[in-house]
Amino acid sequence: MELKGKKVIVIGERDGVQGPAIEACVRSAGAEPVLVQTQCFV
Amino acid sequence: MVKKIADEYGQGNVVAVLGAPDADSAELYAETLVHGDPSWIGPLAGVALNLPVYHIMEPEIRSQVDPAVYKQHLEIFEIALDVDKITEGLNRVRNKK
Repeated sequence: MELKGKKVIVIGERDGVQGPAIEACVRSAGAEPVLVQTQCFV
Repeated sequence: MVKKIADEYGQGNVVAVLGAPDADSAELYAETLVHGDPSWIGPLAGVALNLPVYHIMEPEIRSQVDPAVYKQHLEIFEIALDVDKITEGLNRVRNKK
């Protein structure tokens, strides 16, 4: 799956990889984040 | 919100990228985004969006990230997350009919 040009729904998690980190990564790959969340179940 | 985005941009243009810490939670997110909410409680109950779902640490995805950005944000997760198990969980959902 090529990310370049895709709209990305980012669902990060506090205990894993957080939303803003994923957002930066997918942006660097040429994709556009359209929703960025970080879930927390504490 | 997710359904609205999928409807607005079209399923072929939208990808979901997860940051879940383990295989079980990644599989649950993926199941919800592909086949609908398995608990039948949330707004995606019975809604099969069939979105492509990946974990940010899957080789297919992380290889596309700029190396400097990868080093800053993701490198630590190579040792913190069991990427093979997470990929197995996501593959179970992807291969499910």
